[in-house]
Amino acid sequence: MKYMLLIYNRPGFLEELTEDERTGLFGEVDAIMKELTERGELVGGQALAGPDATRTIRARDGVPAVTDGPFLESREVFAGTVMVDCETEERAVEIASRWPDVKYGGAMEVRAVMHDAAADM
Amino acid sequence: MSTAGPAEHLLRDLAPRVLGTLVRRHGQFDACEDAVQEALLAAAVQWPHEGVPDDPQAWLTTVAARRLTDLWRSESARRGREAAVALKERVEPGEVAGRDDTLALLFLCCHPALTPSSQVALTLRAVGGLTTGEIARAFLVPETTMGQRISRAKAKIKAAGARFELPPPGERAGRLGAVLHALYLVFNEGYTASGGADLQRADLAAEAIRLARALHALLPGDGEAAGLLALMLLTDARRAARTGPGGALVPLEDQDRSRWDAAAIAEGAALISDALTWSPPGPYQLQAAIAAVHAEAPSAAGTDWPQILALYRLLSRLAPNPMVTLNEAVAVAMVHGPRAGLAHLEPLAADDRTAGHHRLAAVRAHLHERAGDTAAALADYRTAARLTTSLPERRHLEGRAAALAAAAG
Repeated sequence: MKYMLLIYNRPGFLEELTEDERTGLFGEVDAIMKELTERGELVGGQALAGPDATRTIRARDGVPAVTDGPFLESREVFAGTVMVDCETEERAVEIASRWPDVKYGGAMEVRAVMHDAAADM
Repeated sequence: MSTAGPAEHLLRDLAPRVLGTLVRRHGQFDACEDAVQEALLAAAVQWPHEGVPDDPQAWLTTVAARRLTDLWRSESARRGREAAVALKERVEPGEVAGRDDTLALLFLCCHPALTPSSQVALTLRAVGGLTTGEIARAFLVPETTMGQRISRAKAKIKAAGARFELPPPGERAGRLGAVLHALYLVFNEGYTASGGADLQRADLAAEAIRLARALHALLPGDGEAAGLLALMLLTDARRAARTGPGGALVPLEDQDRSRWDAAAIAEGAALISDALTWSPPGPYQLQAAIAAVHAEAPSAAGTDWPQILALYRLLSRLAPNPMVTLNEAVAVAMVHGPRAGLAHLEPLAADDRTAGHHRLAAVRAHLHERAGDTAAALADYRTAARLTTSLPERRHLEGRAAALAAAAG
């Protein structure tokens, strides 16, 4: 089963960490990515640039209107994804729980990826 | 993979034999498996230009053995040792080239130390002769990911101390169960794929049938091996009729039965009818028998539902499982009416494994619809559509809900 792990964190939280904490955080991410690679579970992943350069498109009177920045005044923003292909949902949750952003106030979502296989009805 | 020509079929048939020969001579399943994979790739490149050699199996064995030597030499060199691999001395003269090690290979690839998805990947490569790239594309993951999964599987087999031999009689039945299950998973992966982009995936069903056929030929006295092959043939026979325009799902009851593959049905039905006369019934045989009853019915209405219900009851006793209960409920509804079917589903709503499962909601929706309870049917169709992770199923369920809502006005 493929799962997309969605990473949410507070913009700027990295700068507030000490050098050691930052190094530790990157090391933890590297270790998880290495494990996913070695186990043949990693499908892909992307980190997103900061929210400052975000453009948001919404319909206004039925016409797409573009504004700068995220609309929502949220403390957490969507920061990136990791896609895994693993045996169970429990395993996907276990990977997400170890993502270091979680202990620094961020959050992870584990979402099943839709597939095109279908059982007989 | 979707355009496997005769040379490719030959390669895939020979792959397990060449690998068996090599492992028998040299041990080291993991290194031999890599060497055979390289020999297969070399053949795939050379044969189309230079023609198929007179003795393709000998050609592959020679090339693979050479690769193995190269591999050992480079390893020895890396360790700073003398490159002195006395390969030739280890070759036993007069070896039986025709010996079929496929069965021992299947047992090794489906070793209990491996997860089901690793068993599937390794089986497709080592026994099926597929390349890592083909397997990766079939499972929609990057090639490096699949390659890693395969080497890890091989390392685990080595660490578990598994040997290249048939398991002792006491373990045989359990280990065979894992082999059957892995082949069943390969089949399902191919059969359930739908839509235009999935020709490669659909070919996995053909690959599973080929391997199940080989297994049945090796174990003609095993009822479950016969049952699995029959189940695959009878299910695959419906493939052309199970999707409509745009990849839309067509439920069994609405399928155009003239599009079913009559030859596959005849072969599957003959296989299962025969197996049931001499083998104690097992789960694959019973599922095949159910598929045969469907296959031989002139229409959905003309199906022998009491017979199907009897077979599901037997299956529930033999291999209790919530998905079997779900299907049994459909058969109960066909024999005793939708209310009886819904009553049969009640325990599943309290079962953690099925309470939030889209299939339960989908079956309940269908039975509510048949019972004329539109409001309950709509609610369940929508729940099922929300819960499923399958795009074609979601489209199908949303379509049923929309049609029902429109009819209710």
